[in-house]
Amino acid sequence: MFDIKDLYQEVIVDHNRSPRNFGKLEDADTTLEGFNPLCGDKLTLYLKTDGEKINDIAFDGSGCAISVASASLMTDAMKGKSLDEAEILFNEFHNLVTTDDDYDAESLGKLAALAGVKDYPARVKCASLCWHTLHSALQGDNTPVKTE
Amino acid sequence: MNNPNTAKTIIKTPAPFDVESIRKDFPILNEQVHGKPLVYLDNAATSQKPKQVIESLDTYYRETNSNIHRGVHTLSEKATAIYEKARGKVKDFINADSTKEIVFVRGATEAINLVAQSFGRNTLKPGDEIIITELEHHSNIVPWQILSEQTGATLRYIPINDAGELILEEYEKLLGDKTRIVAVGHISNALGTINPIKTIIDKAHAVGAKVIVDGAQAVPHTRVDVKELDCDFYVFSGHKLFGPTGIGVLYGKEAILESMPPYQGGGDMIQMVTMEKSTYNTLPYKFEAGTPHIAGVIGLGAAIDYVSELGLEVAAQYEIELLDYANEQASQVTGLNFVGTAKNKTSILSFTIDGIHPHDIGTILDGEGVAIRAGHHCAMPVMERFNIPATARASFAFYNTRQEVDALIQAIDKCQKVFN
Repeated sequence: MFDIKDLYQEVIVDHNRSPRNFGKLEDADTTLEGFNPLCGDKLTLYLKTDGEKINDIAFDGSGCAISVASASLMTDAMKGKSLDEAEILFNEFHNLVTTDDDYDAESLGKLAALAGVKDYPARVKCASLCWHTLHSALQGDNTPVKTE
Repeated sequence: MNNPNTAKTIIKTPAPFDVESIRKDFPILNEQVHGKPLVYLDNAATSQKPKQVIESLDTYYRETNSNIHRGVHTLSEKATAIYEKARGKVKDFINADSTKEIVFVRGATEAINLVAQSFGRNTLKPGDEIIITELEHHSNIVPWQILSEQTGATLRYIPINDAGELILEEYEKLLGDKTRIVAVGHISNALGTINPIKTIIDKAHAVGAKVIVDGAQAVPHTRVDVKELDCDFYVFSGHKLFGPTGIGVLYGKEAILESMPPYQGGGDMIQMVTMEKSTYNTLPYKFEAGTPHIAGVIGLGAAIDYVSELGLEVAAQYEIELLDYANEQASQVTGLNFVGTAKNKTSILSFTIDGIHPHDIGTILDGEGVAIRAGHHCAMPVMERFNIPATARASFAFYNTRQEVDALIQAIDKCQKVFN
């Protein structure tokens, strides 16, 4: 049975209303922009890393509930993660929103709330914009990220 | 010559507006989305097709399919005849002088690019000016940006006020002896503003500039008379006029089209080809290289027959009543903001809702079977002007109903429930 709340779960509505880690990180060592030209979603990701782990992470910008909640949940999940763990989580999240494969609810935690996105092909880009931006930033690629 | 008989079919007074019987002509309106009846309010993006159009395509492919302008066999002659008959329908529909002035293209976008590259590139010099407006669709911005880069011409924009109307005093200041081209939308796709194009055209002509009007949003809602407007070019797409996608029209004054070089080379646009050089075909074929979208042209002809029979003015009157009703209902929704409140506008309701992004509105409305457009509507400068990333846009056609407006309002209420 179709229910829009499968997409807009309580966690997503909450993280959209009060996004965590929102705002500029003044002493960031990496800053990267992400942009979805199709819908105009824009975000800037701020990172503090020591080459091994993510010490701090924040974002700002504007976008739909899916994109804001995804960035909020992602930054929460990434804080303190090693770069290897971040890469694993990136791949897990990618599978979560693009495939019907089983996912590890434990390692994804609250991020699993975004599972409903895969039923909305036009919205997958909204959820994945911040993730692609983070991925590029961690790879040392400093060209602004675009998803469309 | 203009045929007064066919031109009259457009302005005849039809029977009282019977939306329920009109809806029966549009098979797609019986579709369900997520188990709910489709409420199609995305007509400014593309309109639905009546069975008369769908059947014209079917009949063409079943009974007449053949290439045009070349075969001596019966089918080719038949196909050529109905293709050219459709050109005559377009000529009458916009009251052009001659079928030589009607060029078939892929859509309004291709028509604008054709004018920019064939007319603009061969006439503009560095320092010349092109005037467009802040209201334009990207299709009436980017071709002029490209042309400016190619020729060294400068692109100027007529600004809009807070209601989304062109500020004509500013237009007058922009006009001058350097103005060569004025390119303006007849009706804004993002906001629905109907621009005073007759005034704009007259003022441009007073300084010797040529005017191209993007009529993509206008032809489904208003009767267009290119002679009365005295525009130099007028372009539109078939698919917004209840016809097929992939077919559009460039109208140009014959003398101007005659002076322009071909846009693309190929078959059908030539008279004689030798290995050294070619001589080009006469109008309008000079601009129709290659096998055209024959079925599309025939479907467009059927769409023009359909709206002419219906009576565009009566349909537009009904649409405005529907818009008034939608405005009235929407104004009672807490947190809803109208974007684009021009005094003179067509049936487009562009809005935002406090705290809910338009894309989320679009997705939630879809869950209720209500199809609207959410986004920048390919008019990013308009969004920038209002300092918003996007709007939600409901655009009405004559087959929409008050019940569908109610469904829209209920679905908006659902959005607010999801987010609160």
